Amino acid sequence: MGRYLLRFGALSYLAVLLLAPLGLVFYRAFEHGFWPAWHAVTSSDAVHAFKLTLVVAAIAVPANMIFGILCALAVVRYRVPGFGLVNALVDLPLALSPVVVGLSLLLLYGRNGWLQGHGVLFATPGMALATIFVSLPFVVREVVPVLREIGTEQEQAASTLGASGMQIFLRVTWPSIQWAVAYGVVLTMARALGEYGAVRVVSGNIIGHTETTTLFVYNRYNNFEAQGAYAASVLLALAAILTLLLMNRLRPKEETR
Amino acid sequence: MAARPEALPLPRVRPSGGAALTAGLSTAYLSLVVLLPMAALVWAAREHGSWRAVSSPQSVAALKLTVFISFAVAVVQAVAGTAVAWTLVRDRFPGQSVVNAVIDLPFALPTIVTSLTLLALYGPRSPVGVHAGFTRWAILLALLFVTLPFVVRTVQPVLVELDREMEEAAASLGASTLMTFRRVVLPNILPAVLSGVALAFARAVGEFGSVVLFSGNSPFKTEVASVYIFGRIESGDSAGAAAVSVVLLGISLAVLLGIGAIRRRATRHDG
Repeated sequence: MGRYLLRFGALSYLAVLLLAPLGLVFYRAFEHGFWPAWHAVTSSDAVHAFKLTLVVAAIAVPANMIFGILCALAVVRYRVPGFGLVNALVDLPLALSPVVVGLSLLLLYGRNGWLQGHGVLFATPGMALATIFVSLPFVVREVVPVLREIGTEQEQAASTLGASGMQIFLRVTWPSIQWAVAYGVVLTMARALGEYGAVRVVSGNIIGHTETTTLFVYNRYNNFEAQGAYAASVLLALAAILTLLLMNRLRPKEETR
Repeated sequence: MAARPEALPLPRVRPSGGAALTAGLSTAYLSLVVLLPMAALVWAAREHGSWRAVSSPQSVAALKLTVFISFAVAVVQAVAGTAVAWTLVRDRFPGQSVVNAVIDLPFALPTIVTSLTLLALYGPRSPVGVHAGFTRWAILLALLFVTLPFVVRTVQPVLVELDREMEEAAASLGASTLMTFRRVVLPNILPAVLSGVALAFARAVGEFGSVVLFSGNSPFKTEVASVYIFGRIESGDSAGAAAVSVVLLGISLAVLLGIGAIRRRATRHDG
């Protein structure tokens, strides 16, 4: 009896909190039929926003993938002194407000900033930097436990047999971490596509120019064009569902998170 | 792999050039992306008069509200998240794998879409007649949504690993279900619950996107710290914004250090 009560309670909590709101967005988007929603997401501003989101993600995701692998190797394999601190710093973006992230970039690259320069703020480079910051931890956090788990025996064996450092990485280390990297990349991608706060601060939110998909949703809603906001949200929600499917596929067996 | 007959000295895994390069590159990247902006933030907060921004009534109200609601979120998630994790690990029901996948939805869904979805369901045009929009309940609801995965995903793996024999032994010695949970299960999952709750708290303190459309952002009533900082930035007071940001940065660092301490304690007990 208690077991059914717990099951019912847990599932209703999830339904009320997660599924009901999401379902309603799909309903609202297609409330007036398919075509209004279609026109809203094929307008030139919308298409520009989608492209910009993809460009920013295309910069941030590979950068964080390479950094993630290097950083995990440095933390687990080389035990460089002082890297305990690095390990703690990597988690900071998970715990820090995105607005604070945006503000720090604004102060660093803005007027009187230490690295002031043209074309960083209110443009693609600044938005890419903000996205890189917020999606930094995911690859590192997935790869570190796997590297710890597999140990060094095989790498040492390869080394004894005369393999070079690069050969060992490509032939021995990479095959065992590749799924962890893939899982981390999916998480990074999801965060990069969906970032709002940090990008909002550094982009200046110039409509039709530095407007990503998430900013498009906000701007449309605020301009009383809820239809457009819901339609773009449906696209983002579909991306999120695709992310869930990929996560489910790639999830490490023991749920190490 | 055949064992080598003669004992060879263990070679270095890789020449130290690779180690230096890897460590150097990742340190440089981390410095440029994380450390330098954080230093610029703290430097700007040091400016004359910026601390007055932190002690202004509006800022104090925003910080108080944020910490208070985040605490409430942490408490609800500690109970609900553990219950959901328990249901996913110990219960068997049709559609379980779907439910398990859906747990990550708040992570995968962009926060601004979260705000819009919650507004659609619990806002002024609510089809279920619940008007939580633009109240403090809205903030609580949004934060519960975005922090859902943290406790579930930290407790779940520990529950999977937990040996059921201990519980069976407790039951056979006459312990009630509740007592078994309190005396046997809870001590084992407590470090995981606490680190999940701490992450959820940190996330709640800094949340912006999911709150911004749904809470109404009215000063002294429903304005959280991130929204207050955003307002300061928009009105050109970046020094004041930086000072309040440093407070949030301090909370984040404290939570991360706390989680590190919990993890170290937990592994020491295991070993």
